[in-house]
Amino acid sequence: MNKDSNAYTIIFAFVMCVVVGTALVLVAQLLKPFQDANILNDKKQNILAALQIKTDLKGAEAKFNEHVKEAIILNAKGEAIDPATLGGDPIKAALDINALTEFKDKKPEERKYPLFVCEKESKTYFVMPVGGLGLWAGIWGYVSVEADMNTVAGASFDHKSETPGLGAEITTDFFEGQFPGKKLNDETGNFVSIRVVKPGTPQTEHTVDGISGGTFTSKGVDEMLTRCLSVYSVYFKSMSNSVTATN
Amino acid sequence: MSTTEVKKAPKEGLFSKKNRKLITDPLNDSNPVTVQVLGICSALAVTVQVKNAFVMAASVTAVTILGNVLMSLMRNIVPNRIRIIVQLVVVAALVIIVDQTLKAFVYDVSKQLSVFVGLIITNCIIMGRIEAFALGNKPWPSVLDGLGNGLGYGIVLMTLGVVRELFGSGKLWGAQVLPESWIYSVNNPDGWYVLNNFIILPPMALMLVGLYIWIQRARNTKLIES
Repeated sequence: MNKDSNAYTIIFAFVMCVVVGTALVLVAQLLKPFQDANILNDKKQNILAALQIKTDLKGAEAKFNEHVKEAIILNAKGEAIDPATLGGDPIKAALDINALTEFKDKKPEERKYPLFVCEKESKTYFVMPVGGLGLWAGIWGYVSVEADMNTVAGASFDHKSETPGLGAEITTDFFEGQFPGKKLNDETGNFVSIRVVKPGTPQTEHTVDGISGGTFTSKGVDEMLTRCLSVYSVYFKSMSNSVTATN
Repeated sequence: MSTTEVKKAPKEGLFSKKNRKLITDPLNDSNPVTVQVLGICSALAVTVQVKNAFVMAASVTAVTILGNVLMSLMRNIVPNRIRIIVQLVVVAALVIIVDQTLKAFVYDVSKQLSVFVGLIITNCIIMGRIEAFALGNKPWPSVLDGLGNGLGYGIVLMTLGVVRELFGSGKLWGAQVLPESWIYSVNNPDGWYVLNNFIILPPMALMLVGLYIWIQRARNTKLIES
């Protein structure tokens, strides 16, 4: 057959598309279970990192089951959603919620906010997922507070495609390590959030240093923290009020 | 000595001198980045850290070798008029497979590199080698050519990565190399070295590539233009 004829060219292109397409579908299907397991374990690893528990991807599941005791899902007003309406295990339902897609794809009043109740060295901690936008794409993370629902115990952040060496530094110990000990509320109990400020600015208990050269990513973290944590703070306030009331 | 006897051409060895040259040439004389000026864009983007540079170089080498082999095997049946599209489809498919495999088995690394792995498609070295070499040569020399060019790309990337990470962040492969006490910061005003923030930006990478080419040309007489 003439290699330069139109018929040959069209048939060749068609066959090539079918072969390559089939190969890619097969590869994607074969690898999907591995990838999904990695993504879930990565999430568990990040939640544990916010509790200052270091683990690798493989050990994440066992440690997660050991430390995470309960999950509560809040609506956008900071009220707990009745667990009966979630269908099944609340921890699984909470893991299924992706803070980033909640932010990107849903209207503010429809967003859901999962809250993980964890235990470490017989102390209670709360882990709050947060999600927002950095310079290039999504950023997300987890912030944990102690049982007083005010003092930050730790934070871990991750990103899709921030610039390595600049914005991507939000995942480093240098940045995350600034969070433990910071306070969400001021002395009168009003919510202030944790602000990411220009590096070198004098620190208070409500601020952390941003990344030099990663200004937009730092601003994204700042916006994400204030927006998400404010919802959780409403729930925390209602909880501490009910505790005082029952006393 | 009889001249009528026709000597049988000896079968070329797997690593004959000609074949070895296919690997060694791209390391210096015909380096894809500094001499052929291909793949410059990614050399600037991924060399802030040595680890990224290394995984990128390894992925590009894998894709170059596989792309070269596949196109070399297909070289007699590919219609000439759509050969560029065919190359593109093959390379794109390979890059997707590499990306998916990294995600399934080395998730940590793939997370750091996700964007850059996708960008392998746009790396001119791969299409350039297929078009210039694989379409006219047998599979084995194509493998060697792919390997050589991948390594040539890797050498430049690693050199840039080492310089940029060391002077820009004081680290190598993520580990602190310059002691913290040397590095000047607000908290450590006694440090004598101020981290060079300029060096981790892409424009400085381009200047470093320029310096690399200068040094290479000064040392390698074959590259000096008359």
